[in-house]
Amino acid sequence: MYSDKVMDHFKNPRNVGEIENADGIGEVGNPVCGDIMKIFLKIENNVITDAKFKTFGCGAAIASSSMATELVRGKTLEEAWEVSNQAVAEALEGLPPIKMHCSVLAEEGIHKAINDYRVKKGLEPWVEKNPHSHEHEDMTCQH
Amino acid sequence: MGAQHIIYMDHSATTFVKPEVVDAMIPYFTEHFGNPSSIYSIARESKKAIDAARLQTAKALGADPDEIYFTSGGSESDNWAIKGVAFANRKRGNHIITSQIEHHAVLHTCQYLEKEGFEVTYLPVDQYGLVDPAVLEKAITEKTILISIMYANNEIGTIEPIAELGAIARKHNVYFHTDAVQAIGSVPIDVKAQNIDLLSLSAHKFYGPKGTGALYIKKGVRIDNLMHGGGQERRRRAGTENIAGIVGMGKAIEMVTADIPGHSAKIRAMRDRLVKGVLATISHARLNGHPEKRLAGNFNVSFEFIEGESMLLWLDDEGICASTGSACTSGSLEPSHVLLATGLPVEISHGSLRLSLGDANSEKDVDVVLEVLPKVVAKLRDMSPLYVKSGKEGGCNVQ
Repeated sequence: MYSDKVMDHFKNPRNVGEIENADGIGEVGNPVCGDIMKIFLKIENNVITDAKFKTFGCGAAIASSSMATELVRGKTLEEAWEVSNQAVAEALEGLPPIKMHCSVLAEEGIHKAINDYRVKKGLEPWVEKNPHSHEHEDMTCQH
Repeated sequence: MGAQHIIYMDHSATTFVKPEVVDAMIPYFTEHFGNPSSIYSIARESKKAIDAARLQTAKALGADPDEIYFTSGGSESDNWAIKGVAFANRKRGNHIITSQIEHHAVLHTCQYLEKEGFEVTYLPVDQYGLVDPAVLEKAITEKTILISIMYANNEIGTIEPIAELGAIARKHNVYFHTDAVQAIGSVPIDVKAQNIDLLSLSAHKFYGPKGTGALYIKKGVRIDNLMHGGGQERRRRAGTENIAGIVGMGKAIEMVTADIPGHSAKIRAMRDRLVKGVLATISHARLNGHPEKRLAGNFNVSFEFIEGESMLLWLDDEGICASTGSACTSGSLEPSHVLLATGLPVEISHGSLRLSLGDANSEKDVDVVLEVLPKVVAKLRDMSPLYVKSGKEGGCNVQ
């Protein structure tokens, strides 16, 4: 049911782990819903120089975390903010419809980590342009 | 995976078909293919074969042959039993009692009947998945027409006190149906001694073919037909008989009930070694279901801090077939209704794994799983943010 790319990132996840003294940390999800993602970012001169993750969840959740951290590495914060859940899903050569929320979680995790950094720096957090909670109502855990 | 040896530990999902069963079936595809409703000699062969399978099935249940009706499988049998009794006895009452841990073939049928004006009580279960006979008795009202409680649960393997529940139903003059799809061959069944009025079977759970099942209907039970059409199955179930399937089911049920204690003991020994090994080597693991009152081949365990689907994917990579109660494989976002009904917290239900053993397994398979599973759990815990948070001690290592 998963693409080869998803299976590759599930079996050989990139960037697993934590970053000590990370500049931005974003934790999203809920154990009751079956997935939690924790994203760690190292940021130098407005550029993401390292990204790591820890994830509790299904194959798609782990692969989405792996791909999302790959996609934002080396990007400016502005560029990283624009990495959408669709971009994550496309890079994984697609996700089953019921698993799209995993890519949403990855986007939200990155956003949360970026805003964590901005708040720590005394900057205004950026506002989510497309809050996913409405769009994906039928696919979002209600707990 | 290449030519990797497959370790099949999902016998509760389905089983391989035994070679003896296949051999018995083949002539009914090629030679004796006649429609049993026809009068020429090849059709008579088909008719005889169905009669023989009916006798084999009846014998396995302690029933009379004319109380056995062949169907397309467990779901049809459950649908027929519940809808058939409900609609035929509507004038007596509109109340049905079942349990919260039934198979969806029962639960969704009951939900459908609720829309049709029936009232359904879904009995709770205890932490092991057992229905309390006293609670059942209290739930019976003057309007109760049917009680449907599964013989043994498909996910956690818990065996219900069927004879006691049946006696209560009999005492109150209420029909008693049991879905015995998982139980047959694992425990001795005697429909007369256990006060069972209706019982569902599915051949592919006991080394028979898919697409064939049976419903036992005790003589005198008032039940409507589900399938309307021709006069097959003594005018109770229309449709040209699946002769080869029925023959296969007869052979399979004869084989699986020939030596239940001996066969169960062999499977149970492998299962027990697996349970002990897993609980001894993996921390924060808990056995789901009853420690003793469970199907011989069933092992259901929850591992904290990890999710079931990712476990299955890694096990599959090692050639091990298993299943999980996690939401992530069910097509919904809710984990197993069975695990939740036993009071297991939602987050721990996501980390459940079912290994169901049977005739496809050997002691060697148990060795491989005992070697592979701890590594899979460790790998996933290493990347789980919950594992770090909780620390590696404490938790709920219930054994």
